[in-house]
Order: sequence, then C-alpha cells, then structure tokens
Amino acid sequence: MTEERSAPARRTRNARDRWIPVLASVVSTGVVFGLAAWWVTSSEFWPAVQRQFFSGEAIRESFPAVLRGFWLNVRIWVIAEIFILGMSLILALMRSFTGPIAAPFRFFAIAYIDLLRGIPALLLILLLGFGVPALQLPGLPRGALFWGTVAMILGYSAYTAEVYRSGMEAVHDGQRAAARALGLSQWQTMRYAIVPQAVRNVLPALLNGAVSLQKDVALLSVIGVREAVREAQIYTARTFNYSSLIAAAVLFLIASVPLARLTDRYARRDQERRLQRTL
Amino acid sequence: MQRVEIRSLTKYFGDNLVLDSVDLSVGIHEVVCLIGASGSGKSTLLRCINRLVDYDDGTILLDGVDIQDESLPQNQLRKRVGIVFQAYNLFPHMTVLDNITLAPRKVHGLDRAETEARAHELLELFEMGTFAGSYPDRLSGGQQQRVAIVRAMATNPDVLLLDEVTAALDPELIGGVLSVIRDLKTSGMTMIIVTHEMGFARDVADRVCFLDAGRILEEAPPNKLFSDPENPRTRQFLQRIIEAGRL
Repeated sequence: MTEERSAPARRTRNARDRWIPVLASVVSTGVVFGLAAWWVTSSEFWPAVQRQFFSGEAIRESFPAVLRGFWLNVRIWVIAEIFILGMSLILALMRSFTGPIAAPFRFFAIAYIDLLRGIPALLLILLLGFGVPALQLPGLPRGALFWGTVAMILGYSAYTAEVYRSGMEAVHDGQRAAARALGLSQWQTMRYAIVPQAVRNVLPALLNGAVSLQKDVALLSVIGVREAVREAQIYTARTFNYSSLIAAAVLFLIASVPLARLTDRYARRDQERRLQRTL
Repeated sequence: MQRVEIRSLTKYFGDNLVLDSVDLSVGIHEVVCLIGASGSGKSTLLRCINRLVDYDDGTILLDGVDIQDESLPQNQLRKRVGIVFQAYNLFPHMTVLDNITLAPRKVHGLDRAETEARAHELLELFEMGTFAGSYPDRLSGGQQQRVAIVRAMATNPDVLLLDEVTAALDPELIGGVLSVIRDLKTSGMTMIIVTHEMGFARDVADRVCFLDAGRILEEAPPNKLFSDPENPRTRQFLQRIIEAGRL
C-alpha cells in the first residue's frame, strides 16, 4: 500500500512582506521625479515656457489638425512596415545563398545594404522626396508622400535585412546539415528549417524596429508631408505657440508605449523558453 | 556489387590530412562499425558518403555509381542515404510528426496523408506513438534520438549512416536507442555506424574497422577484432577502452 503524502508546504509571505517593496519603489520614484520637477520649475523662465509649450488651450485648439496628421503617420507606418518586412527578408535571403548562380544577387544585396545603411534617413528622404519628382519622368508618381514613404522603406529595409541575417546566422549549423542531409534544396532548407527559426530569434528586434519606424515617419515633415509634426508646425507658425508639438508628442507616446511593452513581454517569454530548453 | 564502395578516399582540412587513402566496401544488409579515437577521421568518412563534406581525392560508389557523377545529383544521393547525428538536430519549431514527414513530402513529393500514415507506423514500431504531436524540446534526449532515426528511415534510404548517435545521451537512455538500431539490423538495413559503444559494436556489427590518423588500420569481424587484434595500435586503443571500463 502506498502511503498518502501531502505536498510540502509552500513558503507564504504575509501582507507586510509583500507591500514593503512596493511601497519603497513608490516612495523612491516619487522622490526622484519630484526633485526633477522641482528643479525644472524652479527656473525663472518656467512660467514663460509653460505658456509656450503647455498651454491647455493651444493644445485643445491644435489637436484636431494634429490628430488628422497622426492618422496619416499611422497609415504610412503600417504600409511601410509591411514592405520593409518583405523586402528585407528577400535581401537577407539573397545575401545568404551561396554558389556561382546566386553571386549577382548576393553582390546586389551587399551593395544595397552598404549603400542605404550609409545614408542618413533624413538625407534619403530629401533626395528622393525632392529629387525624383524633379525628374518629371512620365508614369512615375510625383507626390512627396509617395517618395518619402519609398525612402523610409528603402532605408529601413537595409537595416532590417541585417536583423534577419543575424537571426539566420544564430540558427545552429546542425539544422542546416540535417535539412541538407534529408535532401532538401538550399531554398527548401531556408524556407522550412532556417527562416522560421530565424524569425523567432529576431522577433523582439523586429518589433523594436517597428517602434523606431513609427517615430521616424515624422521625418517626412521636412518634405512637406502633412503628418502630425508638420501639422503641429503649421499651428506653431500661425500662433507662435509650441503646445501643438506637445500634442503631437503625446500621440506618438500613446502609440509607441504599448508596442514597447509588447516587445519587452515577448523578449522575456522568449528568454524563458530558451532557459527551459537548456535545463 | 557492393552497396557502398570507397576507393582511396583522401581528405584534407587545410594542411591537415584527415582521411589518408581509405578503402572500404559495405555490402547490402551489412552493418559496419567504425571505431577509433577522436580525430581519427571516422565522422568525416561518414559525412563524405552523403557529401555533407567534400573530399579531395578518391571515389565513392553507391550501387556502382560514382556519387559525384552528374547522373546522381546531390539531392538525389541524399534521398538514398540517411544520416543520424550525435546532437539529433531535430527541427525545434516542428512537431515530431512534421519533422518526420518534411522530407517525404518536400523532397520525395509524397502526399501528406500517405507520409503521416507511414510516420505513425514507424513511431508505433519504436514505441513512440504518443509523441507524434509533441515538440522536440518536450522529449528526453533518448526519445529525440529515436525520432531522429525514424526521420532518417521515413524516406526508405538504401544506406543509413549513424554518427555517434549515443554520445550525447545519459547512460540510462542509451539502451533504448541501441535497441532501435538492433531492430533496424534485423530488418536488413545497410548501416555504417560510428560509435564509442564497443559492446554494441561487437553485438551489432558484421565487420568492425579501426581507424587511426585517417587510415583503416584493421578490419575484421567483431569477435576477431575485439578478442585477437593484430595491429599494435588497435591493441593499444582497446586496452585504453578496457581501462576506462567501457568494454
């Protein structure tokens, strides 16, 4: 007969033990930020800055236009991100294939990545946004919105291709050997064995890139695309009050903070998964 | 005609001669074990046979056809030569079933239902039926290695190469994997096995080859090689194995 054995007791923590760390964090955070706020507002110019940047009335007045602009930001962001994820994967694959037939593609990918990573995003936007429409080539769109978005896609694809590539290189060599040994072609090996694992490896980095892109869309304001920052600047030019910029900043924060939290959460889960595997 | 025939196979890694004119032939249904110290060239020899490693000189014939011949493209060769690795190398993002059916579906062009039926059959045969839907990281090392063997067998290869398949396993898990290999021998599978398990080699091999510094120094039936080795190097090697308590 087997003897019934109750599970060993779990260590329980009483309410006091649980609340003290929380309380300590709240107090220390309050003190640090309180001091910072006190220091900033102690400036003799604070009242003027407050009027210029934090005027509730100006924020309210500029908000509809800034929000309309921000909606454009979101649309540019989503469309650009879709193209970036696709293009950069293709670039990374082109770069990874070996053999003489793949050589031209490999060289193209390397040249593309080197070139476009080396040009500042702002410069790329200015060059494409002003340069291509000036060519007046028949059949090509001429809008700043179109070419600005293309510039974002081209620049970010180069970076994201390297993210994918690092993910592919992190997949253990044994995986490639196993796939090839089963008779899978180079392409099938990538498609079924390497890429799915690579994407899983770099998902946090890809999400991080998406957060970064979301903010960089604001760069399109320099070529006259009427997105949130541009709308805020238009308001500022009219009223000499900068509070519209704060309105825009708040909108960017509302969009990017949840994404950043999501990235963190995924990265943590991923780490736990890896840890479990090694145990 | 031999199933695999290797003639004066030579391979350099840089300036390092790892295979020095190796000759070896393996008949149909024959099981040949390669033994020898680490770095003696056993694994490299094995990997030359399915061209995971390219060799510098010599010939390898599979059923009389040069494996570098244009009539036998690399993927075609690999359809006929299965391999199992020391580190299992299962695909971690696929279930056991998908690991097994990937090559039959994508390389051999069989349909899913057919390949899955065959996979289930093989898993049942090796008492792994309940794991079909599991991911590899949920399995023990021994279970993963048995899945890897099933994966290599799912395409009905003509030859199976086993590269130190028990070297990464905890001692209590080795038995399960070895019994699967014994079953394969009974079913008539042609196998070339690199192993450090001398007891197993003695038991399962029709012939044992002792490799040293890239050459086959002695080749004999297991009883002869293990009890009455002729080459002093073989004797020395076996002596060390015995001292380590592995024979």
